Amino acid sequence: MKIFDFLGMAIRSLLANKLRSALTMLGMIIGVGAVIVLMSVGAGLQNMITSTFEELGTNLLNVQPTNPDAPGIFGTLYGASQASLTMNDAEAMSRIRSVTVVAPTNENFVKLIAGNEDTTSVIHGSTPGYQQAFGYTIASGQFFTERHIARKDTVVVLGSKVAEDLFGSNDPIGQKVKIKDKWFTVIGVLEPKGVGFFGFSLDEVAVTPITTYQARLFSQKTPSGEDAVQSIAVQLASAEVIDEAKEDIENLLRKRHRIAEDKDDDFSVVSMEQMLGEFETITLALTVFLGLIGAISLLVGSIGIMNIMLVSVTERTREIGLRKAIGAKRRDILMQFLLEAAMLSLVGGAIGLTFAWVTAWGISQIDLGGFTISAVVSPFIVIVAISVSVFIGLASGIYPAMRAARLNPIEALRYG
Amino acid sequence: MIELENITKVYRMGKVDVFALNGISISINKGDMVAIVGASGSGKSTMLHVIGCLDKPTSGEYILDGQDISRLNDNKLADIRNKKLGFVFQEFNLLTRITAVANVELPLIYGNSRQKHQRAIAALERVGLGPRANHKPTELSGGEQQRVAIARALVNNPPVILADEPTGNLDSASSNDIIALFRELHQEGITIILITHEMDIAEQTQRIIRLLDGKIISDEPVSGKNDVSSNSGDSK
Repeated sequence: MKIFDFLGMAIRSLLANKLRSALTMLGMIIGVGAVIVLMSVGAGLQNMITSTFEELGTNLLNVQPTNPDAPGIFGTLYGASQASLTMNDAEAMSRIRSVTVVAPTNENFVKLIAGNEDTTSVIHGSTPGYQQAFGYTIASGQFFTERHIARKDTVVVLGSKVAEDLFGSNDPIGQKVKIKDKWFTVIGVLEPKGVGFFGFSLDEVAVTPITTYQARLFSQKTPSGEDAVQSIAVQLASAEVIDEAKEDIENLLRKRHRIAEDKDDDFSVVSMEQMLGEFETITLALTVFLGLIGAISLLVGSIGIMNIMLVSVTERTREIGLRKAIGAKRRDILMQFLLEAAMLSLVGGAIGLTFAWVTAWGISQIDLGGFTISAVVSPFIVIVAISVSVFIGLASGIYPAMRAARLNPIEALRYG
Repeated sequence: MIELENITKVYRMGKVDVFALNGISISINKGDMVAIVGASGSGKSTMLHVIGCLDKPTSGEYILDGQDISRLNDNKLADIRNKKLGFVFQEFNLLTRITAVANVELPLIYGNSRQKHQRAIAALERVGLGPRANHKPTELSGGEQQRVAIARALVNNPPVILADEPTGNLDSASSNDIIALFRELHQEGITIILITHEMDIAEQTQRIIRLLDGKIISDEPVSGKNDVSSNSGDSK
């Protein structure tokens, strides 16, 4: 078979210029490697976000103050909006038919001290509904009750990680913890939940009654002077009633906040699915952007191949003339140079793929504070990478190969 | 074997037509050994290229081995170069990165032949280079390199071998060896046409064709040889 002879010729001529071939391949190695690493990291991020939201449940709504003038989710970012929600809003929302539980929640970071130990954690001020809305179960002791809320008791329920950091293997129940120079009594410890939103450990948390939080830890007032609530998590009876419940909540809050017909909401009701969609859009854009960066290096790699093939054709003008003189047809010459370009590209792509695979594996091993991005090189990516490599080889090889094939044998034999 | 009938080859240089060949008519019989001589620019290389199917004549008729070549397409011409013609060049034109035997195999690859290696080795043995088959051209002397080139020309057993100044890059001893080899091949019945500007080499052939300005000015058998049929060309 002629094709095997041609393959042999291509390998021999690439080996005859080892350094040059290696450098040309390097362009493809970096290009293919970059595309695959970046795409698989993007896919890993997306997986992480999707699974986080799925774990939180799809029948959850989140109500937050929002800046009516800011676009999309940016209006809900802290600082962009004014405190507009209150405990009374939460109370009113809990009476909507499709709502099973509400958990008005304020949060901040604090240092917790017990004896010689201390740890920094997020502290949530919430209501008993917190446990159900966010799906925590009690490992020992109890969660706080409406009575604790009413009395603004200085009690705290610790996440498993915080409890372990402060008390090790000792029983924390009944122990004292100092938060912002005030003593709190530990009344319960939560079951470990693992890693949650964007890698924040859901076990690095302390929960205290929201009234205590507002009165003794962090006080924030609405413009009308009421205690402000940062967000209200709303659990619904099922995911099917999301749209209906959203509308009910919006109508309720607009009425309560006395928002005129032509004005925008000063709050936003976001379903987990909606947030998931927003984040997916962002990560998709990120993945495409990363892929484009990789694609640019691929383009540079393919220009490198074309460049070196043009040099090679010029250098080997006499050889081409000789080959034609002894019976090579145009298509034989075309095939020879195309094969060389394709081989440069394919081998470079394969090495780049291996390199990317190892890198993706390495990235997946990195502990980013309790969570990892599982950057997976899927078979699909492999197939795409290999076909793209071959395609790039052929695309960047076709012009030099055609130039070689068109050479006039007599002039070629006289060259140089 | 080879019939050229009123062949012209015209190149356009700017606005002037240059006649590289201006009405060449000759016939060369099977088994002839012919030298083409002439000053540079006389058209001898062009004539060899036309005979070698590397160049198409502007007008005229060329019959090779009973086949009208003048109107064949590029692929057919490539086949004819591969099967019926063997080329030997002044500069050898061997690929330096591959061995002698791999060089000799090249025409077999394009001819899609079987048993390439054995046939290439046989061709190298025929030119006395069997033991050096696995050397690269750079490890061979000039004379040896030209022998490899001749083996490459021979490997498809073509009826005609065309040589363009085959001794031009060789010392006199190697030149004599190469001419002796050509004479040997001629004895075996291969038609040999060579270009040279050295008369002592031309005189070792049977027939000398002299060109000037694209025309044949003389076409004579070499004295002392009597086996040349009288196919004197019409010089116009």
